[in-house]
Amino acid sequence: MRYLVLRRLMQCGILALFAANTWILKGNLSASRLFNTIPLSDPFAALQVFLASLHVEITALLGALLVLCVYGLFLGRAFCAWVCPVNMIVDFAAWVRRKLQFRGVHLGLPKNLRYILLALSLILSFALATPAFESVSFIGVVQRGIILGTASWLIVALLLFCVDAFLGDKIICSKLCPLGAFYALTSRYALLKIKHDAMRCTKCELCWEICPERQVLWMVGLKSVSVNSGECTRCGRCIEVCEDDALGFSILDLKGSFKKKDLG
Amino acid sequence: MMQRRAFLQTALKGALLCGSGGAFLAAMLKAKHSKDSYALRPPGAEDEERFLSLCIRCGLCVKDCPYNTLKLATLLDHAKVGTPFFEARKVPCYLCPDIPCIKACPTSALDKKHLEKNQGVGSLKMGVAVVDPISCVAFWGIRCDVCYRVCPLIDRAIKLENKHNERTGKHAYMLPMVQNDVCVGCGLCERACITKEPAIRVLPVAFVSGKVGNHYVKGWDAKDQERVKDAKPNTLNPKTDNPLDYLNKGL
Repeated sequence: MRYLVLRRLMQCGILALFAANTWILKGNLSASRLFNTIPLSDPFAALQVFLASLHVEITALLGALLVLCVYGLFLGRAFCAWVCPVNMIVDFAAWVRRKLQFRGVHLGLPKNLRYILLALSLILSFALATPAFESVSFIGVVQRGIILGTASWLIVALLLFCVDAFLGDKIICSKLCPLGAFYALTSRYALLKIKHDAMRCTKCELCWEICPERQVLWMVGLKSVSVNSGECTRCGRCIEVCEDDALGFSILDLKGSFKKKDLG
Repeated sequence: MMQRRAFLQTALKGALLCGSGGAFLAAMLKAKHSKDSYALRPPGAEDEERFLSLCIRCGLCVKDCPYNTLKLATLLDHAKVGTPFFEARKVPCYLCPDIPCIKACPTSALDKKHLEKNQGVGSLKMGVAVVDPISCVAFWGIRCDVCYRVCPLIDRAIKLENKHNERTGKHAYMLPMVQNDVCVGCGLCERACITKEPAIRVLPVAFVSGKVGNHYVKGWDAKDQERVKDAKPNTLNPKTDNPLDYLNKGL
């Protein structure tokens, strides 16, 4: 439970800091100022703005590079599990789906749809000269709604909840969201990883049950390697459910990062 | 056989998903781009198209505005979702000399050129004030010059024009006249207007401005006359050509 509690504290804490609007953190998840000096900006949004306007503003560029370095070099796709407020909605939807054993409809969306949408967002940004995904971004609507204390974002939140709870498992984050795809692409070589110990694993498959991106756990019960896929959100749920202590966070597992993925 | 069928099915599904997804996105963007959505933008966002391509929707301008003028559009606002705008009747722009909203913008969606020295707020153009002579009580003959007095560019952006009041025979109308080229669109006049619905409103420039084109020449302006120095006489026949087409031919 500790990672779950930590994640919720982190998610809510960041939103609360934005909502409080003090000198510590100003703006929102698209772009902000830390301690009134350090610029931070969503690298995917900044990229769209660049493609739309063909103009680079140094503040946005620095902010984007800073955020990109933090995730790309250290934390991996942790944004999705630890920062993004949509995560709370889809986790709740997944919980409802599990509790009610709702298995009725299952939209067979291809796994790589989000990468197609990512490419589409960038192409449309350039073609229509407006940041395409930002114009329709459900993440944007939800996070701004919470930070600014408005109400209409609840419609979108409900829609997201319904899609994930009733239309299929984990559709929003692992099949639709281009921002998640963007971070997945940049997170392949991040230092923070989940380490698997095949000697301890009893193949109970609890980690598979809970993992939002279960394809990244291909090695469970097979090999003692780290989870190298950029798609791993570092949520730590597999660590919490594992009763055999076969999974854990590891840093500086450089050797594993650059090894080819081979099913042994 | 089955392999090919499976492949075709996957391909069709993929193509349909891409197509519908793309169409949905494009339709959303098109709808959001329609011109009938009226929104006053923060200072420095003169060119709406340029502004929309640069705005990252972070709300830093909103947070740094000392008067809480700006808001980020939610789903229910006319402005494109997440972009900053203001409603002059609720809170107008008070034209801070240092323009903190422009300073806060990380992507220069709000044009930094207004921050250069000696620019002043006079270079801004958020909109243009428009008077409705039917509901403005000054046009009835009642004395009201509130918009004129609150205007930060008094006697420049709004001037009072005196006109004899025939009805009473001994009074004067004092009519507010907006100078479109001077008005910066701050909305203080709209905020202050005494009527139930404001008789003076600030509209985005694109809603108000016409465009002459360069086929009219100021005959009284020697420099403008230069443009038609080498013009040939008109060869169109006004008798056979439709006068409307005749006037606008070749534009």
